[in-house]
Amino acid sequence: MNNDISIYVEGLTKRFGDFTAVRDVSFEVKKGEIFGFLGANGAGKSTTIRMLIGILEPTSGYAIVGGYNIIENVEMVKQSIGYMSQRFSLYEDLTAKENLNFYGGIYGLDEKELKNRVSWAVEAADLSDKEDVLAGELAGGWKQRLALSCALLHKPKIVFLDEPTSGVDPISRRNFWNLIQSITDEGVTVFVTTHYLEEAEYCNSLAFIHNGEIITKGTPSALKKNVIKRKVFEIESQEPDKLIDCFKAEEFVDDISILGLKVHIIPNREDINKDYISGFLKNKSLEFKKIDEIEPSLEDVFIELIKLKRENV
Amino acid sequence: MHRLAAIILKEFNQIKRDKRTLLLLIFFPAFLLLIFGYAIDFDVKNVEIGVLDLDNSKESREFIEKFTLYDHFILKYHLNTFKEIDYYLDSGLATLCIVIPEDFSDELKQGDNVSIQIIIDGTNSNVGMTVLGNLRAYITDYSNNLSANALKKVGIHKEPVPVELIPRVWYNQELKSAKFLIPGLIGFIMMIVCVITTALSIVREKERFTIEQISVSPIRPHELIIGKTFPYMIISLITMILIIILGIILFDVTIKGNLIYLFVTSLVFIIGALGLGMMISAITDSQQVAFMVSIIVTMLPSIILSGFIFPLNSMPKIIQFISYIVPLRYYLVILRSIILKGSGLISFWDQLIYLTIFSSIMIIVSSIKLKKIL
Repeated sequence: MNNDISIYVEGLTKRFGDFTAVRDVSFEVKKGEIFGFLGANGAGKSTTIRMLIGILEPTSGYAIVGGYNIIENVEMVKQSIGYMSQRFSLYEDLTAKENLNFYGGIYGLDEKELKNRVSWAVEAADLSDKEDVLAGELAGGWKQRLALSCALLHKPKIVFLDEPTSGVDPISRRNFWNLIQSITDEGVTVFVTTHYLEEAEYCNSLAFIHNGEIITKGTPSALKKNVIKRKVFEIESQEPDKLIDCFKAEEFVDDISILGLKVHIIPNREDINKDYISGFLKNKSLEFKKIDEIEPSLEDVFIELIKLKRENV
Repeated sequence: MHRLAAIILKEFNQIKRDKRTLLLLIFFPAFLLLIFGYAIDFDVKNVEIGVLDLDNSKESREFIEKFTLYDHFILKYHLNTFKEIDYYLDSGLATLCIVIPEDFSDELKQGDNVSIQIIIDGTNSNVGMTVLGNLRAYITDYSNNLSANALKKVGIHKEPVPVELIPRVWYNQELKSAKFLIPGLIGFIMMIVCVITTALSIVREKERFTIEQISVSPIRPHELIIGKTFPYMIISLITMILIIILGIILFDVTIKGNLIYLFVTSLVFIIGALGLGMMISAITDSQQVAFMVSIIVTMLPSIILSGFIFPLNSMPKIIQFISYIVPLRYYLVILRSIILKGSGLISFWDQLIYLTIFSSIMIIVSSIKLKKIL
């Protein structure tokens, strides 16, 4: 197997009775990259993660995580990965430092190393004045960074983050992603699931899972190019509502969405360009600031993918 | 080793922080000890009696006066009519009424047989039986004295009774029920404390999903199990010492046997109880359910089917048979042997074997069950 590969998954399947939660999933994750595993709730994200971290046995297929087979060598897999669940799994009745000491301890760190790593973690998570605060009394962002540090104490080669930013405010989320990017600089591979699609932009590589099957994978920019072949225009206006009412009646507009004062439209014809739209709006004497042809967002990609999938069925 | 130490340290930190549970662990046993020690008393003392003395002679007054020399009886009411007997017994004011007939002194003087009527409130069969026994003993004593005196008068100096009973009570000389109860109480309290604390401590991790984080770590199941139960083992031992000290101070209990036997056998019992707690934690998902199950599994069988309060020998065979699955049954025999009798291994080795079997089964089965959820 290639030395650059950190996680290799081949035909992974999990059935619970008649229900197939994960069907024939295959992908690979390169060393040191941020791999985004995207999908709606119940699509099979958590089941896949639970198999990869060695707490759920697959029905068929296998995976190599950090060089170890998840079926034959669970203990070594566990030692080489870190895991942070969406519930943060901290002991709320213990202080930040006691949590760190505990999680470092159960990975078998000796006293000296534990001390080093705990002071590293306190610094990395910016917890220096909160060491002796009970974890249950920390705000969401602190809790989240503490949970991540707990998962990183034993210097894992790979970290699995299951919905790491759920229930955290936007500024904390940005800090958190900065922290994640800094750990990949040290060569750690990050496997992350999220349902905030704008966060997926931070990932180097993505896979979409839907009804237990992977429907597409690739880098964010490749996905945007390959999935959405039509153009996307962004029109900025003081009266977006009027614009929307107007576009709805027009046959050349396929899709409309609104983001604050910005209206996104996807036309159904190739020949439509900025000039065409501005002429159209001027003709109707509607106010607008500017028109741009833009790259579609991952949200657009995801919605398009689900739509295509439904049409195929 | 580092992993085990980490769990033990964490567990102690959590116990330390949970002041309410810690206080409960210390005061609940003391509270139970007081309740059981003072309230459960099978000794029948201070029975209040009423006397209807129809004779009203020197002899009858003497006869009555002698009653009060025993601390079993308190002469409380002097009655005047038969009607009053109904009233005092019905209302529960007296447990016992004695009727001395008009011709009591005359018949005695003539050397005839005298009958005395005794009416006992038999509502509480235990008390009734004991009172009757005490009365029989008293009256036999009284009659023997009379016969001896009568024989002396005619010049015969011989023991009036062919067979005499010379009782010696061993182990619990004063026949105090508190002393008998305390060893049982130690076992009973330990059973409850061990099972509940262990069950709750593991289920709490399930409830808060921290168990998932632990199961992702390379920790081995036996490390987790030992790490989680060890702190509670220490607490249970402290609890036991506390109960014994209270027993010594409040109820004059003395440990007659070997303290090392006491310690080792208690450890075997505690391990079994912790195993039972783990088993409950493996099959329940919320602290509430785990608490309920623990109470049901420990409280009732330990009170009723262990010989703690009710002697097993007088139970129907089928119930005696069921009692073999109650671990406290074996531990109780051991505790009573060591604390009350001061006897050695010879008197309880078989019980210790049963107890060891029980504890081994508990630990093995609960470990297998817990491994599945890890």
